[in-house]
Amino acid sequence: MRIPCPHCGERGFQEFAYYGDAGPKRPAHGGDTGEDVWFDYVYLRDNPAGPHEELWYHAAGCRTWLVVTRNTLTHEVAGARPARDVALERSAAP
Amino acid sequence: MGYDRYSVFSLLRESLRGHAGWGPAWRDAAPRPAYDVVIVGGGGHGLSTAYYLASQHGITNVAVVERGYIGSGNVGRNTTIIRSNYLLPGNIPFYEHSLKLWEGLEQDINYNAMVSQRGVLNLFHTDAQRDAYARRGNAMRLHGIDAELLDRAAVRRMLPYADFDNARFPIHGGLLQRRGGTVRHDAVAWGYARAADRRGVDVIQHCEVTGITVENGRAVGLQTTRGTIRAKKVGLACAGNSSRVAAMAGLRLPIESHVLQAFVSEGIKPLIDCVVTYGAGHFYISQSDKGGLVFGGDIDGYNSYAWRGNLPTVEDVCEGGMALMPIIGRVRITRSWGGLMDMSMDGSPIIDRTPIEGLYLNCGWCYGGFKATPASGWCFAHLIAQDAPYPVAAALRLDRFATGRLVDEKGVGAQPNLH
Repeated sequence: MRIPCPHCGERGFQEFAYYGDAGPKRPAHGGDTGEDVWFDYVYLRDNPAGPHEELWYHAAGCRTWLVVTRNTLTHEVAGARPARDVALERSAAP
Repeated sequence: MGYDRYSVFSLLRESLRGHAGWGPAWRDAAPRPAYDVVIVGGGGHGLSTAYYLASQHGITNVAVVERGYIGSGNVGRNTTIIRSNYLLPGNIPFYEHSLKLWEGLEQDINYNAMVSQRGVLNLFHTDAQRDAYARRGNAMRLHGIDAELLDRAAVRRMLPYADFDNARFPIHGGLLQRRGGTVRHDAVAWGYARAADRRGVDVIQHCEVTGITVENGRAVGLQTTRGTIRAKKVGLACAGNSSRVAAMAGLRLPIESHVLQAFVSEGIKPLIDCVVTYGAGHFYISQSDKGGLVFGGDIDGYNSYAWRGNLPTVEDVCEGGMALMPIIGRVRITRSWGGLMDMSMDGSPIIDRTPIEGLYLNCGWCYGGFKATPASGWCFAHLIAQDAPYPVAAALRLDRFATGRLVDEKGVGAQPNLH
């Protein structure tokens, strides 16, 4: 597998560290966030067979967190974007 | 059709008749419209569940539905190791129950599974690791399980060819469980399938589940590629595909599917007479009766349903092997393969009811499901038959993630690729 890093170009995946599904959004800290919301965030995963948005860290490169779209059935990598951009987009969305 | 019981007499008889009369080991059953219990997944765990439902609980109106053929999944794709050298109270009695079932398995199911208690030796390379293994060995002995802490000289007697004076990771000793060992994995699948079939269980191959029928919060049957099957109770034992099948009933699981690779070398003369694990990397090895070295290491570490891994993991595994025993350096690898692991969020399995009445779940085996095959089936069958957990599996609950009662051997938290 090779991951197209937006900063470093296409690199072998062994330069990266895998974190997991990029889907779960960390709930707001404190307030009245229920335990079930935290349970859902920490433990439950869709675990799809097919396209999967996931977090990889370019540890041996630019040290940027990336959201990589990869097919779990074929290992085909469709693209990678800085996780920061994805997070900003998400928080801007209603 | 064939023999009801295999014995030395049937073997003698067939030897004289050109082995023409063995017959199929189990019927190629077609699905009937309704069963008391249907198990989804014809792997080791599903088949052993069906067998123990029939043999221990008298429930014989049972079907096992399997998408592929018997032995096509992880039960035929593992490194065949059995052991019960765990640390935590939630795990130790369960895996010891499994090891005890292995010890009597062949007589029980009347099938030669080549259970070989050749010993499992975990090496340590630092003082801290010695302490950790001493603690583990003590935990095992407190549960009445055999464990011996070997010093360097004792390990050298077992593995004279290992690299004891490796500059970075010298071997200081090892934790040995003599009752651990290996089992012929395919024979486990075939033996359980045959034994279940003999007690009336329908083993239905090439029957993929496409939907779970839930009426009024209760699972009442399955839609499959071979028609609809009604069931009073449905048990899921789908390993790497657990999330996909559970999703058919609207469940999300604390599971990620990962790929694990394993390797077999060309056959060589007897070299390794036990199971050895390397403590400074992740590498485990044994030698099959055919002479091939059977070994593996880490999972690849990313979500996958691809049934194959990547080369960096191959390199990592082989580096582990070379650091431990350079003697194998010129042995050629003849086969490697990948299997799907249902990695749970705390590294321990789940055998429990689900929020849906009549739907039972058996998953989260990570990459250690093979050794658990008998106890997994035993406890899952008990759960399905009695609607109560079997005592040694009582900690392996689905809701332990929500309540914080995790069973995390490695203590790495909710990070499945690190377990």
